[in-house]
Amino acid sequence: MAERYELRFSGAGGQGLITAGIILAEAASIIEGRSAVQSQSYGPEARGGASKSEVIISDQPIDYPKATIVDACLAMTQEAADKYANGIKEGGLLLLDADFVQRAPQGNFKVYRLPIMRMAKEDIGREIVANVVALGAMIGLTGVVTKEAGEQAVLRKVPEAFKELNKKAYNMGYEKGKELIN
Amino acid sequence: MAKKVALLQGNQACAAGAVYAGCKFFGGYPITPSTEVAEELSISLPKVGGKFIQMEDEIGAMASVIGASLTGMKSLTATSGPGVSLKQELIGYACIAEVPCVIINVMRGGPSTGMPTGPGQSDVMQAMWGTHGDHAAIALVPSSVQEIFSETVRAFNLAEKYRMPVQVLFDEIVGHMRERIVFPEPGELEVIDREAPTDGPDTYKPYDSTKGQIPPLASFGSGYKFHVTGLNKADDGFPTTKASLVDAEERRQVDKVMDNVADIESNEEYLTEDAEVVIWAFGSTARSARYAVNELRKEGIKAGLFRPITLWPFPTKRTAELAVQCKAIVVAEMNLGQMIHEVERAAKGNCVVAGEFRVDGEPINPAQIMKKVKEVL
Repeated sequence: MAERYELRFSGAGGQGLITAGIILAEAASIIEGRSAVQSQSYGPEARGGASKSEVIISDQPIDYPKATIVDACLAMTQEAADKYANGIKEGGLLLLDADFVQRAPQGNFKVYRLPIMRMAKEDIGREIVANVVALGAMIGLTGVVTKEAGEQAVLRKVPEAFKELNKKAYNMGYEKGKELIN
Repeated sequence: MAKKVALLQGNQACAAGAVYAGCKFFGGYPITPSTEVAEELSISLPKVGGKFIQMEDEIGAMASVIGASLTGMKSLTATSGPGVSLKQELIGYACIAEVPCVIINVMRGGPSTGMPTGPGQSDVMQAMWGTHGDHAAIALVPSSVQEIFSETVRAFNLAEKYRMPVQVLFDEIVGHMRERIVFPEPGELEVIDREAPTDGPDTYKPYDSTKGQIPPLASFGSGYKFHVTGLNKADDGFPTTKASLVDAEERRQVDKVMDNVADIESNEEYLTEDAEVVIWAFGSTARSARYAVNELRKEGIKAGLFRPITLWPFPTKRTAELAVQCKAIVVAEMNLGQMIHEVERAAKGNCVVAGEFRVDGEPINPAQIMKKVKEVL
């Protein structure tokens, strides 16, 4: 693991991407015992609008809490891709929702696509778990935390009745993410 | 046993710190980006026998905090710049009536409603001079989630010890970001409780300076009856215009802070021993500055960081020493230049003082601090 690894999750407000960031930060800092900082920026809207959540993970204490140059970025909507899929490192990676982002931002980084919303809706059966599918995919793609730490952090966060659903969503995202780089 | 850890927002850590310090009353009026402080305390205060009241407005909230404190409860309010503006009359009242209380200001920009969801550091002069008249101020500026917890505890300690309002200011970035916090065990951090009067109810005087610079404050409801007013007053609390009494009272409430700067002051320094340029920054900006210091050192530039944790009273002595030692001080703050005037005052022309400012709702990033450092060297 590099000294400092920066991730950005972006999408529409209400899609749960801030929660996805929090879960990742918990996986790194509480479960794996490393340093993590999660931050966000959002507009005044409770739903809609573009929102982003950033997570910095390091084996050292973290000073600057925001992204400097992003290692891995997720964009769930076109607006989010236009607004937040920038500042990505050369050789870094960008994951896009295959249905909702038509125009990919240009840059010297790898672009991957997964129909995240569709997977949540059709394969898992609940659109609401799209953020967990996305989180799984990002962990599968980057290996920034272990598969187990990610799953544990997801399960800590959800009520008993939804544990199976979220576990399924996370694992599907993880496997699909992993397939993209294999 | 392993200590309890959690991934917490700065605002949540503030609420947890308040409970640790023994806070038993919160009166507030929710405002972004401070709302989570109120939200958390609405859950946690009733569990420890405390009271949470959402008041009708910011002014009422401050009044409730002063009233609750006078009954002996450690009291808190949390707001943002627009709310602090509205509270000013009563902050002055708490200063002159010498009522301990803690005011949290999670800073956004401004003036007026500004940009509610963006960060700012533009209320730092307001923390000192927002209310009219001569008075002392104590303001603390933590820069991490863990430090928000411990500085909130310290704010209560200082409020109770010096019998005055204490402000804790942090920006939206630190207020909303999440980091791991290790919860201190009970007894691990010092918790100071209000000194009880030695006089009984018949002879007690609330402003009796023969009891020392900080006369003990009795609690309403414990058998003591006394007068509290915003007017200049005699030692019994009743108004006076007698010149010698007014002069003594005005001076005492400033001196009680300025004579004890060493007790109140708190700073952190990073690589300042051999620094040719010192970045002077607080709150989230100090985190950018520390990153910049490390990068500049890699390039062979002897940079260091001075980070005030107590912003008021201003760290005049140490800032002056650094000005003599180094070639330049770069003040980085998310406003158009406020603390830089105090740094210039302390530096007395002994080094270059330059500012790096930002007010667009984005944090000051390490690259812009590095650029400014290279410009001034």
